[in-house]
Amino acid sequence: MSVYYSEDHEWISVEGNVGTVGITDYAQNALGDIVFVEVPEVGDDFAKGDEVAVVESVKAASEIYSPVAGEITAVNEELEDNAALVNSSPDGDGWFFKMAIADKSELEELMDADGYKAFIAGLE
Amino acid sequence: MSADSSNLLQTPLFSLHEELQGKMVPFAGYAMPVQYPLGVMGEHNHTRESAGLFDVSHMGQVVISGEKADEWLETLVPGNIIDLKPGRIRYTMFTDENGGILDDLMITKREDDIFMVVNAACKEQDIAHMRAHLPDHLTLTEFDDRALVALQGPKAAGVTARFVPGADEQDFMSYMEADILGVPCFISRCGYTGEDGHEISIPADKAEEICRALLAEPEVEAIGLGARDSLRLEAGLCLYGHDITTETTPIEGSLQWSIGKRRRENGGFPGADVILEQLKSANVDRKRVGILPAGRAPAREGAEILNADDNVIGVVTSGGFGPTFGGPVAMGYVKSEYSENGTDVFLQVRKKKLEAKVAAMPFVPQRYYRKPK
Repeated sequence: MSVYYSEDHEWISVEGNVGTVGITDYAQNALGDIVFVEVPEVGDDFAKGDEVAVVESVKAASEIYSPVAGEITAVNEELEDNAALVNSSPDGDGWFFKMAIADKSELEELMDADGYKAFIAGLE
Repeated sequence: MSADSSNLLQTPLFSLHEELQGKMVPFAGYAMPVQYPLGVMGEHNHTRESAGLFDVSHMGQVVISGEKADEWLETLVPGNIIDLKPGRIRYTMFTDENGGILDDLMITKREDDIFMVVNAACKEQDIAHMRAHLPDHLTLTEFDDRALVALQGPKAAGVTARFVPGADEQDFMSYMEADILGVPCFISRCGYTGEDGHEISIPADKAEEICRALLAEPEVEAIGLGARDSLRLEAGLCLYGHDITTETTPIEGSLQWSIGKRRRENGGFPGADVILEQLKSANVDRKRVGILPAGRAPAREGAEILNADDNVIGVVTSGGFGPTFGGPVAMGYVKSEYSENGTDVFLQVRKKKLEAKVAAMPFVPQRYYRKPK
């Protein structure tokens, strides 16, 4: 299992052809208390960079972009009643959706954990 | 702070905000804290449960002095100012010739003059508007050397009373002058959160010292603009420039309660013909109403309001998540025939059409202090 990170602060954890997607601890911290997540529907297709989900904090809505192209195979239904999971467990129980990755070569354009760490260090 | 922050004005509490790790953002030309490390939700809840201290020094503080300043002011606002007793505060608005709202404001009648607090984004135009109509015998003074803070929440008045004995027995919407730590302050029992509390006007050079003393009380936390917005929205209070504008009259804005009997009969304020006709005929095209989305998704400002046939019947002017209410809350304008509480409507939020109901405001009961008779 490998985990990749986008410059939009999403992570994608890959097992075989399926990627699980969420937002990073840095992102949840910047967004503040999350009150609602709009997840996509199973079966929806997205290209890399498409708006795939929306995260709402008390003060604003923020778009989440698909880190790679693919078809949604599952969504985290726990978030419907407990969006705060994204704050408490951004890289665990607060995952957003799973997708069948269309082209695994797109993963190479993402960062690994060390690369992402350096990326966010550069933002501060 | 962003790189272009150099043009922004700072309140007398700017360095205290930075010390408290406030996240500073541009607001009405000022660098203001949108939140502190506690976060919007934590700050909102703290204010509802205990006491929150807000810097509102960006707002305009203006005094009009001279003979019968109240009579003159009534030529610009629909509120009853002449009959306001000294030491009392009233909410009203500047209207234009079309009945639109130029700004909303708090007016305090003091023993010898009139003190008002106006919105930050409107203060320059408000002052220009008043000066353009000001007779020679009246004087307008902007108190740009004073800070303004709001201490709000169920424990706020008790905190104020530790510095000003009796402040917890001061009536709602009343004003007094008293010293805090030897500094002369204007102390008003009002606010804009739906909670009990005070607004305190302080000489700028003493503001930080007094705020540090207030923040040192165990009940008090510093609160940013983010929570100020969610608190006032739950309380059903209008944000000027969003929920009321020059395009909305006080009647469309559901603020008819702020126009007293004598003003309804005699008019004499800008746009009175339009406003009083709307009041008399109870006939307006649209009304400001509360809206409760059925699910968990917040509907934000700009979201269209639809009827069952997908026709647009209105727009959300303020919306978000109400931490105390425990779900999404909004207000907006709908065509009058949809303004009855309980009416089913729909909200276009991104690609989804969400169920919602027109609902009574406030969404969270207001808890203003009423002095026992």
